[in-house]
Amino acid sequence: MKRVYAREEYCVGCKLCEIYCIAAHSKYKNDLVKTFKKEAKPPISRILVEESRPVSFALQCRHCEDAPCTKACIVGAMHKDPETGIVTNAEDRCVGCWTCVLVCPFGAITRDERGHKVASKCDLCSDNGQIPACVEHCPNRALVYSEYESNNGKK
Amino acid sequence: MHYVIIGNSAAAVGAVEGIRRVDKHNPITLISDEPYHTYSRPLISYLLAGKVTEEKMLYRGQDFYEKNNVTTLLGQKAIAIDTDSKAVKLENNKVIIYDKLLIATGGTPFIPPMDGLEKKNVFTFIKMADVKAISDVVVAGNKAVIIGAGLIGLKAAEGLASLGVDVTIVELANRVLSAILDEEGADIVQKNLEKRGIKFELNTSVKAITGGEEAQGVTLSNGKALPADLVVVAVGVRPNTEVVESSKITVNRGIVIDEKCQTSIENVYAAGDVAEGYDLIFAQNRVLPILPNAYCQGETAGLNMAGSESIFSGGFAMNSIGFYGLPMITAGIVKPEGDGYEVLVKMVPEQNLYKKIILKDNIVVGFIYLNEVDRAGIITGLIREKTNVSDFKQELLKDSFGYIDLPQKLRRSKLLKGDSASCQ
Repeated sequence: MKRVYAREEYCVGCKLCEIYCIAAHSKYKNDLVKTFKKEAKPPISRILVEESRPVSFALQCRHCEDAPCTKACIVGAMHKDPETGIVTNAEDRCVGCWTCVLVCPFGAITRDERGHKVASKCDLCSDNGQIPACVEHCPNRALVYSEYESNNGKK
Repeated sequence: MHYVIIGNSAAAVGAVEGIRRVDKHNPITLISDEPYHTYSRPLISYLLAGKVTEEKMLYRGQDFYEKNNVTTLLGQKAIAIDTDSKAVKLENNKVIIYDKLLIATGGTPFIPPMDGLEKKNVFTFIKMADVKAISDVVVAGNKAVIIGAGLIGLKAAEGLASLGVDVTIVELANRVLSAILDEEGADIVQKNLEKRGIKFELNTSVKAITGGEEAQGVTLSNGKALPADLVVVAVGVRPNTEVVESSKITVNRGIVIDEKCQTSIENVYAAGDVAEGYDLIFAQNRVLPILPNAYCQGETAGLNMAGSESIFSGGFAMNSIGFYGLPMITAGIVKPEGDGYEVLVKMVPEQNLYKKIILKDNIVVGFIYLNEVDRAGIITGLIREKTNVSDFKQELLKDSFGYIDLPQKLRRSKLLKGDSASCQ
């Protein structure tokens, strides 16, 4: 399946990926101004820029083949789509127990406690039907959306 | 080929999903003494507190059995297994013949001997029927004594307290959650619970439940007497091995299984709280009554039952739980005894923050994250993969600890692979 891969040698640490991720999951879909001006509690970013100068890179859910979060979820909310491979959380079922946080080896699941507690994670912008917002808006093409085979950090 | 599963919780569901990844057609029969659609056992305290509805308890959708071609025998108890004739005998005298069998009967409450257990309003707290029974009698203003300050006891306490019940917890150990926390962590959790009005009697046990036909109180071995309208026995669970007692299947503390989750008898598998599988940290078989382990063992058993060779290299203790907004994630060895351990600690009492990481030979073997649990899974992953952390040990306790702190080669291999193992 296609995943988002970070090329740390190109990442400038601008965190625009976080900003666009927030906007992509806002009720004002992809509208930066409205997201940050009108949303009382804007969504939290599902991508995280890790940095320790001069190195930086963005990290989000790897949509693992054998996803530990889907197996550990105590309510069966975390689910891997057998066709697309995308791992999503059924937020209406999630009770915020954080067992997924316990088992995710990438630390890619965050706690969203703005309202009803839910686990928040990258959904590859699957309901946008386009390339993930973080990839689309990365100004230095430090994020690529590709199959594993075609990615050697060089594409 | 006829697959038979005894049990209907995480391990059983894991097995159904494992079998169906390989074999879409052959029939599966699932037997459970509980009359319910598969539901999430850990959610019973949420149900008691009214935080979820019974409908939201479902562990899989309403169409789960139909979609997976599973015939259910719910509310029917399996009482014996004859591995020679490959037969499971039910309490209602039905006999089910299997080709491949999974025993996933879970745990049963451990009830220490004490006087007065037969009285009304004495409960256990591990399944749906327990919540229903408690909900039927409990009213605000009641006094409850909970025996045991483990995960189940504290969750029962939180649920009851939210209903306006005055709760006292009696615990034999010197601290709460002794299986998953050390004294320092337990002290923070206990104080947080006490702030909400929950009372504790530590280092003591209940000698007798007193009253007439109904429970009216308890007497403790330290001489105190406490009034109680209801008593919840939550000392622990033990493997529910009853169904195999008259069989040839080897039982130690639980049903002994190998890395394919097969028992000592061919074609018979076991998984979940009833099983005794391999513990990666202790390097020996142990009963690990936690949901992620149950699912993984169940799935591994299912794959093997359907003929796809699959190995589960083992589990280890891990828990994520919280009380009144104080979350904690712990795994592995949290209170090392003996030589050879290195312990990293960060404690900020005014923030109820406590982090402890335990290493042995530069490999993480356990941790406690209290009130700051974000990205705890990275540490869980280091345990599972037995990663040598000597190059970045000093970074482990940092607030921002992450992949940036791993040596570049290790980081790239993990991130580029873009995958991880769970039930392997």
